[in-house]
Amino acid sequence: MGHRKKNRNVGIVGIGETKFSSHREDVNQPEMINEAVRDALNDAGLSIDDVECVVHGNMELFEMIHQPDLWHTLGTGAYGKDAYRLTTGGTTGGTLVAAADNLVASGMYDVVLAIGFEKLQEGHTTGGITNMADPLWARKLQSGALTDSAAVKVIAEFGEERAKRAAMTYRIIMDKHACLNPNSHRAFGLDWDQMDDLIKNSPPLIGNLRLIHMCSQSDGACAMIFASEEKAKSITDKPVWVRDHICIHREETLNLCNNYYPNQTTHKFAAEKLYERNGITDPVEYFDVFEMYDPSAWWGMDWIRDFFLLKDDEHIKLIENKDIMIDGKIPINPSGGVIAANPIGATAMVRVAEAAKQIRGNAGPHQIPRQVNHALASSFGGTMWTILFMLEKELNW
Amino acid sequence: MNIEKDNQFVIEGKLALPYQYFSGRTGSRFLIRLRDDKKINGLKCNACNKVFVPPRSTCEICGETIQDNWVEVKDTGTVTGFTVVRYSEPHQPVKAPYILALIKLDGADTPFAHIVQGIAIENMKVGLKVKAKFAEKTTSTIMDINCFMPAG
Repeated sequence: MGHRKKNRNVGIVGIGETKFSSHREDVNQPEMINEAVRDALNDAGLSIDDVECVVHGNMELFEMIHQPDLWHTLGTGAYGKDAYRLTTGGTTGGTLVAAADNLVASGMYDVVLAIGFEKLQEGHTTGGITNMADPLWARKLQSGALTDSAAVKVIAEFGEERAKRAAMTYRIIMDKHACLNPNSHRAFGLDWDQMDDLIKNSPPLIGNLRLIHMCSQSDGACAMIFASEEKAKSITDKPVWVRDHICIHREETLNLCNNYYPNQTTHKFAAEKLYERNGITDPVEYFDVFEMYDPSAWWGMDWIRDFFLLKDDEHIKLIENKDIMIDGKIPINPSGGVIAANPIGATAMVRVAEAAKQIRGNAGPHQIPRQVNHALASSFGGTMWTILFMLEKELNW
Repeated sequence: MNIEKDNQFVIEGKLALPYQYFSGRTGSRFLIRLRDDKKINGLKCNACNKVFVPPRSTCEICGETIQDNWVEVKDTGTVTGFTVVRYSEPHQPVKAPYILALIKLDGADTPFAHIVQGIAIENMKVGLKVKAKFAEKTTSTIMDINCFMPAG
């Protein structure tokens, strides 16, 4: 791994989010983006003139608009500024944060605005995804996150009864969190007495993946402003520091043809490397919150093990004991996570934004009811593209 | 067999890409004025003293919200650039060849694209004064302006 220490520290100084919903007919794409940009600028107490560079991204092809960043200049404020467009599938929002972090850390820019968006109502997501599939090169598994591979794996290991109950417990916890978050797209008010009914009667999608387990298609945007240490301290008294990030991508993880690599996910690989170089030996103990890109309840519950490097059924126990609830030992997705709202190009950025808000202590009704100093946030994209972020309240590592 | 040059296979693919987009409250109001009143409206940034047609709800220069600063512009204007479309495709509104021009309406600061008819292609030029010809039947689209014709 060719990783070196950052050239200088980078702080998050502004965060903006739209409300997430199934569709936004009252605004076009740049107008929707402008809501998040304005929110982030207001949050930072900056004007668009203070921003030196704009990084823009969404899921390629999902709105069927080529080079949307050009049109979106009307809403992004990129007029006359340096600008980049990034698109890395579901991971896009995380790639935008990683790029902004790098652009500021390098010294190229002092203040960078990153914007992720999606208006899924307007396009054709399946059309955008399925053209990745290719029979010649055995790129087969391109149904996006619609797969029950995690369910098959977890059921084989822990038995049907325990696995299904753990997945549904995870799902109900996420909904309870979503009900606290005013920006949620979907918040049903699920309760524990619905567990058996949901396990049995929620409409099946694929195998043991049922509709209730799955994330939504959402419209919305997220904007974040990053600044160098010196600038960040002058802009706000509550900057959140991006301590480190790691980006791991390996298509073969989901590629049946080339499955001769060791069976290890990019999540686990990323977590091992990130903790190793930052001296984190017990991540569950160290972190105060984890905002995870969890496309479905099955993947969410399974991935806890990878991200926290847990053994045996430790991750299942965290769920069964409700340790991952907002007032638990290690809260996961107090925002409700991706199952609550999935504006794809923004989704991974929302994870970082929500984790940062928890550290600032102003997340809103879904603020964790105790001090948050260390946060973890993950990104995920179709072919196992993982980015993992460590955020800190203090500059003392 | 020379596989460097011969026997190179082509894998065929095909995509259907249906999509739609919401024009939003600003775009919709522009279209409603066009449809119901045959009037062309723009949005003005008072700080930058610019009138945008088609309208933008934020000023693209300074970023101010301008979505309520509606102003009416004239249905006459000047061609600032043009091209000639010489092939026909099913999605095109008229049969090729036709002139697609950028037209800056009187009272607007930005040009917008539309079809110019009523002039021979060889006589078309930048600086031509044109006037909107409204469609007889509305489609609630920008094609409620049927085309622009040479003025006067």
